[in-house]
Amino acid sequence: MSTFVLLTITGLGLGALYFLIASGLSLIYGLMGVLNFAHGAFLTVGAYALWFTESKLPGMAVLPRFLLGALAGLVAGGVFAALVELILIRPLYKRHIEQVLVTVGLGLSTTALVVAIWGNDARTVAAPAWLGKTTTVFGAHIPNDRWILIIAAIVVLIALNAFLKRTRYGLIIRAGVENRAMVTALGIDVRRAFTLVFAIGGVAAALAGVLSGVYFSTVDPARGTSLLIFAFIVVVIGGLGSLRGTAGAAVVVGLVQQYANYYASSGLGDLSVVLLLGLVLLARPSGLSRSFA
Amino acid sequence: MSPRAFKQWAVPVALLVVLALVPQFSIDIPYVFNGAINTPGTLQLLALCLVFGGVAMSYDLLFGYTGLLSFGHALYFAVGVYITAIAITKWHWSFVAAIAFTALIGILLPLVLGAVSLRVGGIAFAMVTLAFAQAGSILAFKNPYGWTGGEEGLGADYTKLPAGLVGIFNTKHLYWVALGFVTVAFVVVQWAVASSPGHIWQAIRENELRVEVLGLRPYAYKLMVFVLASFIATAGGVVYLLLLGGATPEVTSANFTLTLLVMVVIGGTGTRWGALLGGAIYTWANERLGEASSSHAISSLPSVLRTPLQQPLFVLGVLFILVVFFVPGGLVRIGKVRRPRTLQRLQEAMQK
Repeated sequence: MSTFVLLTITGLGLGALYFLIASGLSLIYGLMGVLNFAHGAFLTVGAYALWFTESKLPGMAVLPRFLLGALAGLVAGGVFAALVELILIRPLYKRHIEQVLVTVGLGLSTTALVVAIWGNDARTVAAPAWLGKTTTVFGAHIPNDRWILIIAAIVVLIALNAFLKRTRYGLIIRAGVENRAMVTALGIDVRRAFTLVFAIGGVAAALAGVLSGVYFSTVDPARGTSLLIFAFIVVVIGGLGSLRGTAGAAVVVGLVQQYANYYASSGLGDLSVVLLLGLVLLARPSGLSRSFA
Repeated sequence: MSPRAFKQWAVPVALLVVLALVPQFSIDIPYVFNGAINTPGTLQLLALCLVFGGVAMSYDLLFGYTGLLSFGHALYFAVGVYITAIAITKWHWSFVAAIAFTALIGILLPLVLGAVSLRVGGIAFAMVTLAFAQAGSILAFKNPYGWTGGEEGLGADYTKLPAGLVGIFNTKHLYWVALGFVTVAFVVVQWAVASSPGHIWQAIRENELRVEVLGLRPYAYKLMVFVLASFIATAGGVVYLLLLGGATPEVTSANFTLTLLVMVVIGGTGTRWGALLGGAIYTWANERLGEASSSHAISSLPSVLRTPLQQPLFVLGVLFILVVFFVPGGLVRIGKVRRPRTLQRLQEAMQK
């Protein structure tokens, strides 16, 4: 029983990490039709901003240092994403393939630049000691950072939902997903919503970067790409552009990965996720959910 | 031979003859190559350029001619590299048996995976192919039964390889094998895109719905081009294995597929020479930039410039973005204003 609880909660933690990346991808795709290959770069920027800020504040106590680093990570991710939208994506509106190509180039060159400056080696991130300890639930010792991941994902999900449902910009974004031409025809500058969606996606990805730094206790240049691939799987299974579908799919993927790794054989988790994707596509080519938000 | 066919094939044949003679001449081209063109190092680089040129052409069949954005093409290249290496090294098969088995897998695997992934279109197709390729990458890294050698890769058992293709003195034979591969790939691709399914692929790229309305099944044609392109990539993988003498998991990575995309776009999509040129230039630049980063000219630069220049992928990634922005047709279309396609078709119809 305790093993099952442990697997379930760590699986949810993993799913939460995927959701943080996939939510931005899904929003961006839903609104703009762009598959953002640079999303892994947003994660990398956030994670390295955390590490860099921490390394510049050697004398400080661990907790404020980590919080400052995390804040720097989120700001860096959001600003970087907004700049990418303004400089690289905006001139190519309505040319979706070109936009995807640019994000591919950006993803490749950002990772290469990080390798050039800080090398291929993983860098250690200092996090508050409490995160490295465990809490006992039903006899299972759950690492505390998993709780933080789950709470962060739930907060992001609720906040995004509230933003989309209750604010004016959220309304514009939802309307833009439904029918962009109509929103533009009503005299609303939908491009501002594009930048905003990119910035939100960037912050969420940077949060995933910061928390993955805690989860693995290091940051490294390759992680953005490897997590991005699972986020893509989550987005497809969830039905492109649907936030709830993405959340559901993230939970399913995280759990399947953990269960398969334990009950079948170590290493089968990643493969079973790909198998799951194949099965979902055979049964329902449009993914699990079609409607947005 | 009609004059048109002559015009069409004169340039490729002349180029083939020149390339075939490369190992026989000792010419030094400073800056372009490190050492005379018939030295093993340069021949190896040239052979790699040819192999990736051929693989890029196969990717162009999907992306440039049919409009299928696949992010999993590396998988089929890796099949050629790994299955051959495993068959001769781990299962101790003969070279011919290993090649035959690889060819079989090279047809069956894309048939099955293509049948599943082509159920969705557009961006979803891109992500699904990416996921399947990722499964291949995971397998290569996990080292099942000790077959793939995990992170370190797998050296091919050279005693099983034909004697003429082993060792540094035989680099020119390997070069000719690579040239043979790229020639066959070129001819097959040209023939395929000019055939009647080839025209339907291009029609699918332009407007899939219209193809369907005409009573054809785009699915079957897309599966056909998917299998053909994958099979060419698998053949390229086998040549790559011979050239490098071993398999490394980098060839299974998502980055490698993205690299193919970069090659095709830099060269020019859906053209006769674009993908070949892009693949060759990319491979050459990647190698030479890597070497140049340790040269004096670069190490004397201030660190703001030096650090990024040490990573070829950074330079090529930026170049790629610039091409997408400023040379949308790729390098082969520089200086050419593209004529509207309808005009071109009209002209061709009148010449017949």
